[in-house]
Amino acid sequence: MNIASFAPLAVVLPILGAALTFLLIRHSRAQRAVSIALLSLTLALECLLLASAWNDGTAAVTIGGWIPPFGIVMVVDQFSSLMLVVSSAVSLAVLVYATGQGMADGDHDAPVSIFHPTYLILVAGVSNAFLSGDLFNLYVGFEILLTASYVLMTLGGTGPRIRAGVTYVVVSVVSSVLFLIAIAMVYGATGTVNMADLAIKLGELDQGTKTLLHVMLLVAFGIKAAVFPLSFWLPDSYPTAPAPVTAVFAGLLTKVGVYAMVRTETLLFPGDTLNTPLMVVALLTMVVGILGALAQSDIKRLLSFTLVSHIGYMVFGLAMSSAVGLAAAVFYVAHHITIQTSLFMVTGLIERRGGSSSVDRLGGLAKLSPMLALLFFIPGMNLAGIPPFSGFLGKVGLLQAGVQLGTPLAYALVIGGVVTSLLTLLAIARVWNRAFWRRPTDAEHPDPVLLAPPVARLSGPGAKVNNTVTLLPRTMVGSTAGLVVLGIALTVFAGPLFALSDRAARDMLDRTPYIEAVLGDGTSVPGTTAGGGGR
Amino acid sequence: MSVNLTLLIVMGALYACGIYLILERSLTRVLLGLMLLANATNLLILATGGYAGLAPLFSKDTPAQDYNDPLPQALILTSIVISFAVTAFMLGIIYRTWVLARQDDIQDDVEDLRVAETPSFDAEDDAEVPAETSEFPLTMLGSDGRNVSDHGPSGADAGQETDQPVATLVAGGREMPAEHAAAEEKPGSLNVDPSPEGGGK
Repeated sequence: MNIASFAPLAVVLPILGAALTFLLIRHSRAQRAVSIALLSLTLALECLLLASAWNDGTAAVTIGGWIPPFGIVMVVDQFSSLMLVVSSAVSLAVLVYATGQGMADGDHDAPVSIFHPTYLILVAGVSNAFLSGDLFNLYVGFEILLTASYVLMTLGGTGPRIRAGVTYVVVSVVSSVLFLIAIAMVYGATGTVNMADLAIKLGELDQGTKTLLHVMLLVAFGIKAAVFPLSFWLPDSYPTAPAPVTAVFAGLLTKVGVYAMVRTETLLFPGDTLNTPLMVVALLTMVVGILGALAQSDIKRLLSFTLVSHIGYMVFGLAMSSAVGLAAAVFYVAHHITIQTSLFMVTGLIERRGGSSSVDRLGGLAKLSPMLALLFFIPGMNLAGIPPFSGFLGKVGLLQAGVQLGTPLAYALVIGGVVTSLLTLLAIARVWNRAFWRRPTDAEHPDPVLLAPPVARLSGPGAKVNNTVTLLPRTMVGSTAGLVVLGIALTVFAGPLFALSDRAARDMLDRTPYIEAVLGDGTSVPGTTAGGGGR
Repeated sequence: MSVNLTLLIVMGALYACGIYLILERSLTRVLLGLMLLANATNLLILATGGYAGLAPLFSKDTPAQDYNDPLPQALILTSIVISFAVTAFMLGIIYRTWVLARQDDIQDDVEDLRVAETPSFDAEDDAEVPAETSEFPLTMLGSDGRNVSDHGPSGADAGQETDQPVATLVAGGREMPAEHAAAEEKPGSLNVDPSPEGGGK
């Protein structure tokens, strides 16, 4: 009995938690305990899955005992288990953060009782998408997480959230319809939706059909991953959601799209047919995204634009389809999930402490709350790619792979990557200078909260302590600090992590481990030498 | 056995109407468009099942190729359930939009409009006469904006010449009293009214 055969529990446990928390809807304390306990259990299980994928390689679980090409399979390989561990760690931190916020606000701002079940369903959907070895099951995973995200996005039903929610829902539904059309066409062309089986059968189709299916899948996933021409919806919809929701969306949802793109490129359609357009798209995503970020004065919107921009790095690594590039992309995804989520969590704290998330109204936060400044500074520098941090290591990996490839387009991307990194630094430094460094009185429209502290200090130490506790609850700061520490840990343990992503990339390019794990040993894999050994 | 041409034509019509409707600005029409798109896709999945055949209930006497392919029908069932849930949610959102805004239209993003309306003019950088913000003020422009003149600063003059025409400078495409400009540039001043110079930064 292998530990990998417990993989479906990564989906089942959160759904069970969702059911339990829904029953406990009137008991908020029990709800919190159940959801945090079940998510921790899921995280522990996924760590075991990662260890098993590292030791024993790729494993497949057949659901209900149906033989693979017909039944649903779940595949645990190094990439999917790494994604599971990182995503669950991030969602656990955000859950603790959200409960802290709910407790501090006395649950009057939003119907928080519905938050826990919906959130756990979102986690289940993400896990299902990562584990799925079946194209239609991947679609179901996407739909589970999207439906949960519609509810979270419009939590409370206020005007701005409904307005942003409409855009988000319509765009997501259209992308899902595109994905479903692509699945129907794939099934019509090959007669299967099992991804390992497809990897063999798609190779036998003629080039035109293959390109059509490939483009349809990439467009559907590109909308979800917010790749440049299809990214317009993201900065519009994310910032209006509640802070913890924005944090988890920014960290996870786009990365599920990137994950699906990686699977499409490596498993289903190996070869270089669409690499050039993908590279162009990656360059545009990076540059246009970061230029959008520079125009923003609201920190949440600014971070949403950097999120779009940094998706470009991952697509860049993917488009090179070399082991080095793919390994760097895998590393970068893990890094970016952690960093982007912690930045959004800190922004939530800034909004609580400073009364606004607009840099026109903020100032003097470094003096008011040095802890908050530190929590913003570390992931901010990490995102910009300042040397000791994991952002730097990931970018260096990508740039090395680009130089190794050596085509003019690859060099253009290398230059674009460096410029984007510098512009990210500029954007982050502007937020730092304005929100943290200057005096609150220098702000264009300073928030009254920021001008108040001297009064609080005069009114005695007791009043001040009381004030800080409500503004920055310990659970919220603690969970944010935990995630920032995880980001630093990614830097410290970058060696082992790079080794893991390197092995994951090699296995994905080789394709044989995945296909053999699903369809049984001795399955003939066409084009293995061209797919893996040559590159 | 043949391909069902009617189904294919219906599918095409549904796609055409659906795409037309989701381009509308009214939310209810967008929802109808999404429903049509989902149903057209269900027909597409049905078409990928191949020729119509017998119901896939196993019996020993029937040869394997006579059965219909059951998998697309299972996929359609799942996708119908999903689109049902999404439609219900969208109806909830549309109702909420109606309650909040009394209109059925998709609304513009406020922040987008703000960025679009931001003038390229920046009062601090682009004014013809630079408004004085430095700690070491030039003699030609007093910190209160009152001594803007070619005569040079002189305490005796300032008291007398109250009837002197108000010094103006061009800012934000209009002429404004230099006194107001200086007051706006003073650190910590509460520019509650953001337009047209103050809010664009």
